[in-house]
Amino acid sequence: MDTLVTGKKRYMPLPLEKVRQSILGRKSSRRVLGSAVLYAILALGSLAFLYPLAWAFATSLKPLPQVINEPLGLIPRPAPQWSNYLEALTAQPFARYTLNTLIIVTFNIIAVVGSGALVAYGFARFRFPGRDTLFTVLLATMMLPGQVTLIPTYVFFSKIRWVDTYKPLIIPAFFGGGAFTIFLLRQFFMTLPLDLDDAARMDGAGFFRIFLYILVPLAKPALATIAIFTFLGAWNDFFGPLIYLNSKEKATIALGVYYFRISQFQFVNIIKWNLLMAASLVFMLPSLIIFFLAQDTFTKGISLTGVRG
Amino acid sequence: MAVAAKGESVVLSGYRRKSRLARREALEGFICISPWLVGLLIFTAAPLIASFYMSFTSWTVTYSPRWIGLENYRYMFFEDSRFWKSLYNTVYYLVLSVPLYMVGGLITALLMNANLKGIQFFRTIWYLPAVLPSVGTALLWVWMLNPESGLINRILGQLGIEGPRWLLSEAWAKPAIILMGLWGVGGVMIIYLAGLRSIPRDLYEAAEVDGAGVWRKFSSITIPMLSPVIFFNLIMQIIGAFQIFSVVVVLTSGYVGERPGGPADATLFYVLYLYQEGFQNLRMGYASALAWVLLIITLLVTGMQFKIAGRWVYYEGLPKK
Repeated sequence: MDTLVTGKKRYMPLPLEKVRQSILGRKSSRRVLGSAVLYAILALGSLAFLYPLAWAFATSLKPLPQVINEPLGLIPRPAPQWSNYLEALTAQPFARYTLNTLIIVTFNIIAVVGSGALVAYGFARFRFPGRDTLFTVLLATMMLPGQVTLIPTYVFFSKIRWVDTYKPLIIPAFFGGGAFTIFLLRQFFMTLPLDLDDAARMDGAGFFRIFLYILVPLAKPALATIAIFTFLGAWNDFFGPLIYLNSKEKATIALGVYYFRISQFQFVNIIKWNLLMAASLVFMLPSLIIFFLAQDTFTKGISLTGVRG
Repeated sequence: MAVAAKGESVVLSGYRRKSRLARREALEGFICISPWLVGLLIFTAAPLIASFYMSFTSWTVTYSPRWIGLENYRYMFFEDSRFWKSLYNTVYYLVLSVPLYMVGGLITALLMNANLKGIQFFRTIWYLPAVLPSVGTALLWVWMLNPESGLINRILGQLGIEGPRWLLSEAWAKPAIILMGLWGVGGVMIIYLAGLRSIPRDLYEAAEVDGAGVWRKFSSITIPMLSPVIFFNLIMQIIGAFQIFSVVVVLTSGYVGERPGGPADATLFYVLYLYQEGFQNLRMGYASALAWVLLIITLLVTGMQFKIAGRWVYYEGLPKK
C-alpha cells in the first residue's frame, strides 16, 4: 500500500471515471447496470428486514381464525380488529407494568446522566495520581461478564431487603452509570477546549460550577445520546427485573410481555398469536419512535460506543 | 547571597504553590470520580472477590456457606453433563454466529456505503430491526418460526421445501436462534459503516491513479483501515455470544413441559444454565463457580484475540510492530 500512496512517480491525471465520462459523454452502461443490480439487492434486503414487522402488525389486527388459516397475508379480514389491542393490553396489567417501567427508566436516566457526566469530567479534566490506571480499569470492566458479580450482589441486595423492590434496578446506576457512559462522555469532554475552564476559573468559579454551568450545557448532544441509550436499556432490560422482581404487580413491561407469552402457552389450547403480536408491538413502539425521531443522535452514538439497541 | 536565597524561596514557594494546586486538582478529580470509584468497590471488586470465595463453598440460600474446596470445580468438569452441554451449545452458537454476523455486517456495510441516490432510506430500514428490544424481537420470532403457521416455513412451503420444526426441534433450535440474530445484523453494520466513512477518500484516489482494481483497493485499503473496527466488532460479538440469555428465555419458555433451554437442553446456553443453578436450584456456590469459569474462558478468548490483533489490526499513527 505504501508504494501505491507514496510512489515516486506522481502525476495528477483526472480521476478515471471523469475521463471515461468526458469521452463517452455519459455514465458507462456497465455502471448503470451495476446500480440497477445494487438497487435490486437493496430492495430485496429491505423486504426481508421490514416484512416480519409488517406481518406481525397484520397478525395483530386479524381475527384469530384468519391468523391460523391464512397466516401469510397482510390484509386483516373483514376489517382490522383494533379491539385485539384492547384485549391484549388488558390480558395482563400492562398499564401497571408500563408505569413501573417508567419509574425505573426515569430514575435511571437521572442517575446515569448525572453521575456519568461528573465521573467523565473527573477523568477528562483533572490530573491525579493513578488516573490512567483507573481509566484502564474502567475500560477493562466493560469486558467483565456481569454474571461473575451477579450472585454476591444478589445475596447482598437480599440481605439488605432490597429484593422485590426497584432499588437494585435504580441505585447502582447512581455510581457512574456504567463504563460505556463514562467512556463516551469523557471522549466528548476531551474535545472541548480547556480555555473555557481556565476563563471561568479566572473569574473565580469552582470546579463544580465549571462543570455545571460551562461543560454540561456544551455537552447536551452527548448527554442526550446517553439519555436515549439509558431509556432503551432500562425499557428493554429483562435479566434485572427477572431476578430482582418477584411480585407480579411490580413487574416491568419486558417482564410482562414474557409473562403474557408464558400464560398463552400454558393455559390455552389455541395460542392467540394476534394478541401476542399486539403486546409485542406496543412494547417495541417507544424504541421505534425514538429511532425515527432521534435517528442521527442514535446512529452517531451507536457508532461511538458500539452499543446495540 | 541574599538575592540567591530570595530567588530560591521564590522558586520554593512556586513549587509549594504548584504542589498545593496539584494536590487540590487531584482532590477535585477524586471527588468527581468518587461515585464510580465507590461503585467499583461495592458492585465490582467486592462481589468479584466474594464470588471467588463462594465458588469454593456449598451454599444454598437456607444454609450458610460451607467450604468444600475444589469440589464444585471437580463436579463441574468430571460429572456435570449439563455444564458440558451448555458449554457446547454456547461454543456452537459462537462459532457459527460470530463469523456469520461479522461477514454479513461487513457486506451490508459495504453495500450501504455505495454512493447511490436514496441510500439513506435503505440504511434506515436495514438498521431498524437492530434497535428493537430483544424481548419483543424474540416474541415476534417465536411466531415467525412457528412450524405450522410461521412466516419462515410458509415461505419455504411456497418454494416446495418442508421447513424444520425450528425451536421445537433439537437439531434446528440453535440454527433458529442464529437466523433470528441475522435479522439484527444492522447493529454490526452500522459500526462498520462509521468506520468505512472515516477512511480518507484520497487513499482510494491515489490507488486508482496507480491502477488498483476493486479487489486490490478492498484488500489493501479498506480492510487495513477498517481493521480496528473489525477487531472491536469481533470482541463485542464474542463477549455477546457468551452472554446470550434473554432472547433464549423468551424463545424457548412455555412449550409444554419444558423449561427454557429446551428441547432436550438444545438451547441450554451457558448463562441460562448459570441462572438455573443459581436462581432456580438455589445452588449459589456452584453458580459462582460457573461464573468464574465463564470469566476465565472470556478472558482467555479475548486475550487471545488481543494477542493476535497485533498482527492484523492497523492503528493509524502507530508504528507497525
